[in-house]
Amino acid sequence: MSFESAGYPLLPVLPELVLAAGAMVLLLLGAYRGQQTTRLVTGLAICLLVLAGGLELLLPAGKLTTFAGGFIVDDFARFLKILTLIGSVATLVLSAEYLADPSRQIFEYSILVLLSTLGMMVLISAGDLIMLYLGLELMSLALYVVAASNRDNVRSTEAGLKYFVLGALSSGMLLYGASLIYGFTGTVSFAGIAAATKAGTGIGIVFGLVFLLAGLCFKVSAVPFHMWTPDVYEGAPTPVTAFFASAPKVAAMAVFTRATLTAFPGILLQWQQIVVFVAIASMVLGSFAAIGQKNIKRLMAYSSIGHMGFALVGLAAGTPEGAQGVLVYVAIYVSMTLGSFAVILTMKRNGQHVENISDFAGLSRTNPLLAFVFAMLLFSLAGIPPLAGFFAKFYVFVAAIKAGLFTLAVIGVLASVVGAFYYLTIIKVMYFDEPLVRLDPMRIELRTVLAVAGLFNIFFFVYPGPLVSVATAAAKSLF
Amino acid sequence: MTIGLGHYLSVGAMLFTLGILGIFLNRKNIIVILMSIELILLAVNINLVAFSTFLGDIVGQVFALLVLTVAAAETAIGLAVLVVYFRNRGSIAVEDVNLMKG
Repeated sequence: MSFESAGYPLLPVLPELVLAAGAMVLLLLGAYRGQQTTRLVTGLAICLLVLAGGLELLLPAGKLTTFAGGFIVDDFARFLKILTLIGSVATLVLSAEYLADPSRQIFEYSILVLLSTLGMMVLISAGDLIMLYLGLELMSLALYVVAASNRDNVRSTEAGLKYFVLGALSSGMLLYGASLIYGFTGTVSFAGIAAATKAGTGIGIVFGLVFLLAGLCFKVSAVPFHMWTPDVYEGAPTPVTAFFASAPKVAAMAVFTRATLTAFPGILLQWQQIVVFVAIASMVLGSFAAIGQKNIKRLMAYSSIGHMGFALVGLAAGTPEGAQGVLVYVAIYVSMTLGSFAVILTMKRNGQHVENISDFAGLSRTNPLLAFVFAMLLFSLAGIPPLAGFFAKFYVFVAAIKAGLFTLAVIGVLASVVGAFYYLTIIKVMYFDEPLVRLDPMRIELRTVLAVAGLFNIFFFVYPGPLVSVATAAAKSLF
Repeated sequence: MTIGLGHYLSVGAMLFTLGILGIFLNRKNIIVILMSIELILLAVNINLVAFSTFLGDIVGQVFALLVLTVAAAETAIGLAVLVVYFRNRGSIAVEDVNLMKG
């Protein structure tokens, strides 16, 4: 069904247009009114994201396309866009304290988050290589700046610089791959590429595919393109790290899934090998490298590398079940990550942020409820039933086994056992170590995010139906 | 000798390789890395325009124009981040970017 014929060619991009126009209006507002508008701009940015989400849901059902097939809105795009918007809204909520600091009144922060979210939405809907590149760059360019947003801090700027250099390198590789794919298939649209590769493939296309996947692996921070993750996560301000770990991962995973499944279904065997290798390497490195970490943000970085590996297990299957597994996985991953970062953001002593795992010592005695919810989130991250994280892993492994990838599934399960070790270490520190000085009281917005994430993770097993059925419908729209 | 698609692709591949090597072998300063990134994007543009001409398809040239535009924005942001970093650290040597070890 095409809406171009109905006279509303731009209808499918309406949420994105609203977001873009709104971001520009907020930028003008900030420029005219000065830095004291930070609170107002942040509030309006949250409203704008909610509005964009509402519009996305109000769009006519079914598959809408525009820009000559370059922009696709289907159930898959809707599901992931809503998830991305939730991640962005939660990030802005978590950033309230960071922005309230009088020395750091930067209204541009929320606008950059908005623009980055706009890039993610374009990325999720990308139906050809040009749209993929534009969305990816819009997302990344804003993220480079956000990483360096704590301008007077040498760690934050170093994180921004590292992220920029490696990010630019990866988009260069992605583009080189895109140019080869364009040259050897004669088209940039995913549907056209799928038609051209149906009969088989030449060395040129495989070469291009490898470069394209390398660029995408960088964005999801999968091994061997993960080097930037720990440094950027540690150096960037904590709310920014929470952002990096949630929404951009969803968008990158979305485009990874869409590009491989809709543009290259004919050469599944070629990319499946790559994805299997990347998934195994990410799961193993994510589990082992995290063991020695002392800084909680670095630990979360390795944790996210591992989790992306698990999500790629679903993609490696290359089936509708696998895609459904990926979708369920990223949805649950976002909730676990945002909850954990709400806890990490609470870690303040006398107004100073503390980031070491040893600072959690005795949390169960000083703040039993917080310790309990955090322990549940960590169990969920480790994949222990009946918490949500278990179901996330369950769906991807079942998909992998049904696709005959037994080695991958077995290595994945073993890696998740090793991974459980470092999550349990944190729980041990919280429950059995001698308490240190009391932490500062938790702010209301952190409490809200933590409560929502915690309840979702603990009670997911009671009523998993809605998420799973929506994810199933979304995955079907790709095939 | 006529110049065919293969020649253009070879130039593109060489520039791309030079760009990648420029990033990894460079031990001096970050400006050189920014230049290497430009080199990579130029290699891509040569590829795109060559393919576009030989396929008789305009999309490649449109893609190349978009790449040029985005590359300009990317460099602007890169330089801005670099200036902020220099203000804090007082150096843009590659070996000084080491506060956090990955």
